[in-house]
Amino acid sequence: MSLSKTTCAALMTRLGKVLSKHALLHDEEALRPYECDGLSAYRQLPAVVCLPETVEQVQAVLRICDELQVPVVPRGAGTGLSGGALPDHAGVLLVLTKLNRILEIDAPNFCARVEPGVRNLALSEATRPLGLYYAPDPSSQIACSIGGNVAENSGGVHCLKYGLTVHNVLGLKMLTIEGELLDIGGKTLDAPGYDVLALLCGSEGLLGVIVEITVRLLPCPECAQVMVAAFDDVAKAGAAVGNVIAAGIIPAGLEMMDKLAIRAAEDFVHVGYPKHAAAILLCEVDGARVEVPEELQRVRQIMLESGAFEVRIATDEAERALFWKSRKATFPAVGRLSPDYYCMDGTIPRHRLAEVLTRIEALSEQFGLPVANVFHAGDGNLHPLILYDANREGDLTKAEALGACILRLCVAVGGTITGEHGVGIEKLDGMCMQFKSSELSQFLRVKAAFDPQGLLNPGKAVPTLHRCAELGAMHVHRGQVPFPELERF
Amino acid sequence: MNHDLSLSLQDQVKEAIAKKHTLAIVGGGSKSFLQSAKADAELNLSGHRGVLNYEPGELFISARAGTPLAEIETLLADHRQMLASEPQHFSQGENLATLGGAVACGFSGSRRPFAGSLRDHVLGVNMLNGKGERLQFGGQVMKNVAGFDVSRLMVGARGTLGALLEISVKVMPKPELEQTLLFECPSVHAVKRMSGFVHRSLPLSALAWLEGYLLVRLEGTETAVSAASAQIGGDVAEQSANFWLSLREQTHPFFRRHQPLWRLSVPPAADLPIPENEVFIDWQGGLRWWQTDRSAEYIQTMASKAGGYAYLFRDAGPVIGDSPPTGLLTLHRSLKQSFDPDGLFNPGLMGGQF
Ligand SMILES: Cc1cc2nc3c(=O)[nH]c(=O)nc-3n(C[C@H](O)[C@H](O)[C@H](O)COP(=O)(O)OP(=O)(O)OC[C@H]3O[C@@H](n4cnc5c(N)ncnc54)[C@H](O)[C@@H]3O)c2cc1C
Repeated sequence: MSLSKTTCAALMTRLGKVLSKHALLHDEEALRPYECDGLSAYRQLPAVVCLPETVEQVQAVLRICDELQVPVVPRGAGTGLSGGALPDHAGVLLVLTKLNRILEIDAPNFCARVEPGVRNLALSEATRPLGLYYAPDPSSQIACSIGGNVAENSGGVHCLKYGLTVHNVLGLKMLTIEGELLDIGGKTLDAPGYDVLALLCGSEGLLGVIVEITVRLLPCPECAQVMVAAFDDVAKAGAAVGNVIAAGIIPAGLEMMDKLAIRAAEDFVHVGYPKHAAAILLCEVDGARVEVPEELQRVRQIMLESGAFEVRIATDEAERALFWKSRKATFPAVGRLSPDYYCMDGTIPRHRLAEVLTRIEALSEQFGLPVANVFHAGDGNLHPLILYDANREGDLTKAEALGACILRLCVAVGGTITGEHGVGIEKLDGMCMQFKSSELSQFLRVKAAFDPQGLLNPGKAVPTLHRCAELGAMHVHRGQVPFPELERF
Repeated sequence: MNHDLSLSLQDQVKEAIAKKHTLAIVGGGSKSFLQSAKADAELNLSGHRGVLNYEPGELFISARAGTPLAEIETLLADHRQMLASEPQHFSQGENLATLGGAVACGFSGSRRPFAGSLRDHVLGVNMLNGKGERLQFGGQVMKNVAGFDVSRLMVGARGTLGALLEISVKVMPKPELEQTLLFECPSVHAVKRMSGFVHRSLPLSALAWLEGYLLVRLEGTETAVSAASAQIGGDVAEQSANFWLSLREQTHPFFRRHQPLWRLSVPPAADLPIPENEVFIDWQGGLRWWQTDRSAEYIQTMASKAGGYAYLFRDAGPVIGDSPPTGLLTLHRSLKQSFDPDGLFNPGLMGGQF
């Protein structure tokens, strides 16, 4: 359904009354930069882009859209990797990046109040002089917004020890599609009634528009050190991850990169990772100055006993930063190896790591597309990057089919189709794999409890039962799946 | 003991739907200071028990909702692990408390500010909704954003959204060593000093104040604990494990005053004019337990002015617990409706409202 001429005219007139000219975009050329988020395989121009600067403006926009029954897609910085902020062609794209004020840093209460458009890293930079920081640190932290982090329940390289966004948010203000402002939680460690806060973390813009966030701040650890352990076999690295955890150690971060990822990162950042390694583990330990070296030695010992052929500990803060820079730059680095890449995000139980990586390698060979693995090994959150060339006929379909096989594999070993990037538009079929129709119906009823007309980010995150039924029929009866000759999990 | 009653429980729910009966969900019956639901029939979960999956290396445990909390804690302790949020049992010495009951109430102990709440650690639930459907949300892995976070929504919902059948929670390694240090300190200075300790990169696992003393619990490796204790001084508490247990379970003499006990959840630095001999401060200042005959209005106004909230936790008769904030009442009703359209489960337990 596209926006009728009359609705569109009414929408523009009314929006024009609440937003300044430069905050309301309608020309195709101006809309173009907003046609996709970080998942560029999906593109769509919205009818209108709104760039409000105040909560009152957001409220006014929502009220107008609600009255005119126009869909609204919230958008933060647009770094999402599941197409969650993909515009609706008949709707408004509500961009929240101009609400970018840090409203309060409340050091005595270890928290800060921010607008949703504040960049993740900007907050930690602002609080660091007070000896405090915001723990969730997605690799995209220079760019992504805290509102987007809440909507995706983002993790980061340190979430093994410090948790995901949901563990670090104390309060939210959100607007319903009707424009009602709801105040959820606050500066306290819990809140009365149902845990609506938990429900909103990871709600992908389907339940409400988040306009203010109270986050918890943690004291900066006195000391942090990182090591790189190199393995000649991915399975050994996978086992080492389990051995560290089983020894009762919760590192601040525990990341894995495979051969292809190492090569890409090395060509890009030149850290001096051992290039001939089949896999490396990056392990960070933080805490008190007396305790860190001891724990690091224990981890080093476990790495060696698990078969690491080389363990290097960063000698100073500069080297530590470099090790991490290289890890955080792996996505763009892989981007230089191939015209396009498709990033997956399944989570699996840690003890299945070695097995799953071996099967992904086999799938990669079957499909004839290289896969680079760089991921949060400590919590079993995989990011296989499938390399393809969108300009080569059939490559994208092949990449998507390979991706679907990987996700099915994750579900089959007891994991999930998405650990932190969200379902968005991309993993709707995966949701049909993971959930029964009664469970999906329950999700849809929760959605309706907030947004009965289904105007907020329609068609995302939760598939319709119809879609799943069709998909099921396709898989089971007609056998028309792409690449029927290939093994599926 | 290992019993799977899920089919029979599901039948009971379906029967209740057919008969238009309401159901009171019962676990071990440990938390008798809380009002139980007045309903047509009982849905007893206490026989539905047994650990389903426990892999120490994966840092999670899955168990049926009726499994005694004590059984889970013993099993974890055998593997040098624990439920880091220290959920209260309130079993008066008997092992009545069940995992399901703990999750439905959502209480967490003194380690909360440093290791997270029970809600933080819930990874997945298997439940019956008010349509009698058996549903699975979340799972057994720490990172999982597929679908709305229904599992955490169940924590603290007091069974009003459905009956929990199975629960997976994250577990943590048990620290090598625990030591508690005592500092003489008037209550008015307590929270400020607590905040000072937090800034010092200490292996903290509790910061509390009671009866003239600031209580600093350190936990970690031997090196870390002894270095920290040398750094901050104070008197080493004896029998500290029992002491913390008595605070968690509210069996400490402080709680035996036969006065209403109020629970105030506030921003940690809040300066509240509560008489020193009536308060136990926990959660690094974020939680104040107040025994007083003051009026509800007085206490709740004080808490809300400070940016927090308060509710009556224990009284001579059973209490109702927390209630949804007024501004969120409509949303609460819609959520209840979405899970339990006929109002089957635990009527009245969500703040006396539904
Ligand atoms: C190189 C790279 C590395 C990444 N690394 C990580 C990582 O380590 N961990 C991780 O978790 N993610 C990672 N991501 C994914 C992405 O950065 C996160 O999902 C991030 O939280 C998205 O924030 P954003 O501001 O860009 O949101 P957007 O992409 O703009 O939006 C994401 C979703 O949130 C909704 N939304 C945004 N703002 C609001 C709001 N205020 N109210 C309601 N809904 C809203 C949108 O509708 C959409 O569904 C990475 C992405 C890239 C490109």
